[in-house]
Amino acid sequence: MAEETAPPAPPPFVGPLEDKDRIFTNVYGYQPWTLEAARKRGDWDNTRKLLEIGQDQIIETIKASGLRGRGGAGFPTGMKWSFMPKESRDGRPSFLVINADESEPGSCKDREIIRHDPHKLIEGALVAGFAMRARAAYIYIRGEYIYEAKVLEAAVKEAYEAGLIGKNACKSGYDFDVFVHRGAGAYICGEETAMIESLEGKKGQPRLKPPFPAGAGLYGCPTTVNNVESIAVSPTILRRGAAWFSSFGRENNRGTKLFQISGHVNRPCVVEESMSIPFRELIERHCGGIRGGWDNLLAVIPGGSSVPLVPAEQIMDAPMDFDGLRALGSGLGTAAVIVMDKSTDIVRSIARLSYFYKHESCGQCTPCREGTGWMWRVMERLVTGDADVEEIDMLFQVTKQVEGHTICALGDAAAWPIQGLIRHFRPEIERRIAAKRDSAPTLEAAE
Amino acid sequence: MADAPQIPDEADVRAQWGDFAFTDANMARAKELISHYPEGRQASAVMGLLDLAQRQVGAQTNTQGWLPIPVIEYVAGLLDMPYMRVFEVVTFYTMYNMAPVGRFHVQVCGTTPCMLRGSDDILDACYKRGMKKGATTPDGLFTLTEVECLGNCASAPMVQINDDNYEDLTPERLDFILDELAAGRKPKVGTQEPGRQSVEPVGEPTNLAAMVTDNHDYRGEW
Repeated sequence: MAEETAPPAPPPFVGPLEDKDRIFTNVYGYQPWTLEAARKRGDWDNTRKLLEIGQDQIIETIKASGLRGRGGAGFPTGMKWSFMPKESRDGRPSFLVINADESEPGSCKDREIIRHDPHKLIEGALVAGFAMRARAAYIYIRGEYIYEAKVLEAAVKEAYEAGLIGKNACKSGYDFDVFVHRGAGAYICGEETAMIESLEGKKGQPRLKPPFPAGAGLYGCPTTVNNVESIAVSPTILRRGAAWFSSFGRENNRGTKLFQISGHVNRPCVVEESMSIPFRELIERHCGGIRGGWDNLLAVIPGGSSVPLVPAEQIMDAPMDFDGLRALGSGLGTAAVIVMDKSTDIVRSIARLSYFYKHESCGQCTPCREGTGWMWRVMERLVTGDADVEEIDMLFQVTKQVEGHTICALGDAAAWPIQGLIRHFRPEIERRIAAKRDSAPTLEAAE
Repeated sequence: MADAPQIPDEADVRAQWGDFAFTDANMARAKELISHYPEGRQASAVMGLLDLAQRQVGAQTNTQGWLPIPVIEYVAGLLDMPYMRVFEVVTFYTMYNMAPVGRFHVQVCGTTPCMLRGSDDILDACYKRGMKKGATTPDGLFTLTEVECLGNCASAPMVQINDDNYEDLTPERLDFILDELAAGRKPKVGTQEPGRQSVEPVGEPTNLAAMVTDNHDYRGEW
């Protein structure tokens, strides 16, 4: 007896996205960010009706849409919201904290949302905050985004004056406040518990988990921390339906995504595309190709500085999504795509990232505090080849001793780029060491 | 550390800043910031108040400001926080200046995405003008700092000068900007690439072309 066969599933949609399916239509800021202009683009359009869907149904819709957190870790957003308590047993309020501390090298998408489409974020804050039964949202924006914070504060003011947030938000009967909190220059505050510490007026040093923020976060109250993009897309998902959002990208990697392409492409840009779009298609369609042509591509860091680099031949036709890049030993992260052509000093590029992590280590855990500095100093010597070949293995060992041995993921983030470099470019490091040794004057001659 | 900023002598600082207090406008703003947080959680406003204080010091000295010890004490007193808790915050976050800076704080991003697009040349252009990292030029105009990724990677390389970003730089474009600032004029902020709006691909639009000229509403096409 022949086995029953299911009809083949249609291939997933992996781009290119049509303009009508782009969520951030003003991402380039050709049009004003103001409430009046945003309303004409469809924001704040009968938001009350979205809230009337009901709290649990909003969360179910977000779950069904397949939205995964856009801040790097890719945790399912709807599930995260569902961890929040449905009622307060002891009178503690709940909070939504929106992570606008965009500091991952390569990432520059939240800035565009905030300065060009802030009302998408504020409307999302209300919808998400309502769904998780939060009393208020704090938007933690990195201190260096000075102009962006001014725009955001002005947009929040507009929303208050129009009765969209605050008491009886959108005449829904729900009270919801939105506050803007400016950071002051610390990458680590993008880590959710460090952000909570910083919001409380302390040094931004991550907390041990558990307790998780959904149990005890800001001021000891239930808190959810979400990335700007995750929040800003949620009203559109509710308006157009979970099925619409999940029609883009491969299974488990659904939706549209802001990609940020920097480095050696002909036209660097930020662009919203379908998840799972092949790397080559993304670069050809929006970035005018690789500088010097595809044969000139050396390597790509596909998800912001924390993820390991991927050599050219592996990434060229890879799908740009969580699973596709994980299969290459890297990750989608924030979809900050750093492209490097063959003119790149690859060792120095990674050494500069090592300096970044040394600079940004909060100093709380010894493996990270000491390890980031140690790794950077060795990396600097590898740039010039002033090292022994054995030190490559020693460095790899040390990255393994930092990785996974710290409270937060900064230690991992410092280790991975170096591991990626050694994994893929070990011959180049060895070549430099050999060249340095051969060029050194022999000691005998000096005696 | 040789390149550590020189913090002025404390006695001099106390003489100059001992009676620091917020202006009326800044006090009103400080109260507004404190009101954003629940009762008894006024410490949450410390970052905002320190920023206000640094800006006021800047306004009073025609520089970008810094945080002398008496000013930190003043903020601690306002928020009913131990001095050391506030000092910790000052030392932890890079945007608080622990020593005086010049009228223009030139912060060159040197992290890898900017490095790939030529931030070495941008730093060299600064050195050629006599600027040194961590120091202020003798005329008091420019303080140079190399900073970590400022999130303008799709329009790299960039510098942030005071509150403004200048993106898509070349050494020539930076020289022009610094000359304009020194002459008291206001150069265009944002991208310096002719014809570029912000972070779209330069040249013909690859997406959202309708938005260029019209606040297009796509809902009719859903």
